[in-house]
Amino acid sequence: MDASLYASRRRRNVLAAVASYGATFVGLTWLALILGVLFWQGFSGLSLRVFTEMTPPPGAVGGLLNAIVGSLIMTALALLIGAPIGILAGTYMAEYGRHSHLTSVVRFINDILLSAPSIVVGLFIYYVMVRPMGHFSGMAGAVVLSVLVIPVMVRTTEDMLTLVPDTLREAAASIGLPRSLMIRQIAYRAARSGIITGLLLAIARISGETAPLLFTALNNQFYSTNLNAPMASLPSVIFQFALSPYKDWQDLAWTGALIITLAVLAMSVIARSLTGTRKAS
Amino acid sequence: MVDVAWQEAGVGAQDVADRARVLNRLRIGDIVFHRITKTAAIFVLVVLGGVIVSLLLGALPAFQEFGFGFLTAQSWNPVTEKFGALAPIYGTVITSLIAMLIAVPFGLMIAMFLTELCPIWLRRPIGIAIELLAGIPSIIYGIWGLFVFAPFIQQYVQPPVIAAFENVPVLSILFAGPPFGIGILTASLILAIMVLPFITSISRDVFDAVPPVLKEAAYGLGWTQWEVWRYVVLPFTRIGVIGGVMLGLGRALGETMAVTFVIGNAHRISASLFAPGTTISATIANEFTEAVGDLYTSSLIALGLILFIITFIVLAIARYLLLRIERRIG
Repeated sequence: MDASLYASRRRRNVLAAVASYGATFVGLTWLALILGVLFWQGFSGLSLRVFTEMTPPPGAVGGLLNAIVGSLIMTALALLIGAPIGILAGTYMAEYGRHSHLTSVVRFINDILLSAPSIVVGLFIYYVMVRPMGHFSGMAGAVVLSVLVIPVMVRTTEDMLTLVPDTLREAAASIGLPRSLMIRQIAYRAARSGIITGLLLAIARISGETAPLLFTALNNQFYSTNLNAPMASLPSVIFQFALSPYKDWQDLAWTGALIITLAVLAMSVIARSLTGTRKAS
Repeated sequence: MVDVAWQEAGVGAQDVADRARVLNRLRIGDIVFHRITKTAAIFVLVVLGGVIVSLLLGALPAFQEFGFGFLTAQSWNPVTEKFGALAPIYGTVITSLIAMLIAVPFGLMIAMFLTELCPIWLRRPIGIAIELLAGIPSIIYGIWGLFVFAPFIQQYVQPPVIAAFENVPVLSILFAGPPFGIGILTASLILAIMVLPFITSISRDVFDAVPPVLKEAAYGLGWTQWEVWRYVVLPFTRIGVIGGVMLGLGRALGETMAVTFVIGNAHRISASLFAPGTTISATIANEFTEAVGDLYTSSLIALGLILFIITFIVLAIARYLLLRIERRIG
């Protein structure tokens, strides 16, 4: 036995372990630091006023009501447009064309869309909606977000329907249930919690999207529910206020950032607990 | 279940004519549903086609005006309407590369910790924490970078580094200039923090997929933990890890908000990493709504097209590699 070789192997092993512990420690503290500052800064500005008043001019007090309402409207519309398309496309891929060529092409393209830069999607909607219409609008913002919802829904719907056991489908077919009814009444029901998880993940994904909204929905200082006019949203207000030189605007930006983060974390946690119970049962 | 079908069709009486009519209606319903889902699937392709076509059409005026010189020109002057994409392209590539240089080793080491060293009871909480962090919107990282990280860098990191490397040949150029706080290096560091959770969670997933038998065999021969990880786990998962890294790179390249806050928005290529610069996405985010004139807008869309092509290639390679490892695992 070569003792020096043995010692050097052990030394290398200890070094690697230290590096690994160190990397984890540094990574986690770094991320904890970000969240810590966010919570500290955000909570100090959080009050009822944030939810009841409009965004203020510099120097005045105010809240984020118009931005929150704008975000909610555009997110809801985006889901209404994007979720059905995504679910139906996922249904085709898992139920009708599981082994077809079309499915593998769509899956590949969908995966690309899933991680494509959202700002490019914003340019696309700018070109096909904002430019022909001649003005920015909340509707264009909703459409951008819906394009971001589709790939998330396609992916989760396909994955979840593929997990539904074929025996369920065969049982339904054997008693004469037509295929479309089998999908709607059996497969969707079996995959329901998974599809809801996908919805929550989609909401989490779009609620923080900023870049594509900047040149589709633009922003609006006033309360507006008109889909044909520019519409405020939390992320774009954060962007504008954070880069401004005014202290009270910057504080509001932190509070807005905290609201978004809490919403996103809540969605992810609920989504996780849904899939967790499904696996356990 | 047949009752369910009957109910859906709204049938009470069961005579032959009724039955035939209902069966017919169900058959048509089947066909219609099939068609609708297929249309939705094709719609996904149409969206991608729409993105490509609209970017091409939008970028056309800029390419007609500047030709391929657009890719190599450095000037970006809205007043004289001379636009070149070199500075944003350089900024995008360099920030992403530096970010990956930092995030990949860290991500791999954390993934190694999670799969090999971490006590079992701690694995789930840390894993979940990392996945939650991967979902935090990038604007949060941006605002933190602007208000907390950039001032910190400006006060405590840049002055000593500039002073230390003042007389060292190459490094004095890399770390030169006044300490702005914001700049290429700050943006790269923020990007690194942002893609870290991604790389970690994908690497952890592929490391977990290594058959335990392989590792046990190596341990049985008396290998150390490091040797098992380095010579069994890593080679086995090589393709998947590269795929995950490419996926992270795709994200870093296209990342907008985290970078826009701290890059400084200067259309310049400086040798110094402390100097302000710009990236493709930051340029678009900052200037698009203020762009006057068709040529200006078109140049910005052309930048978007270039970004899309770069990320498309990176993501396509990533997906291909990840697909290969998925098939191998079965």
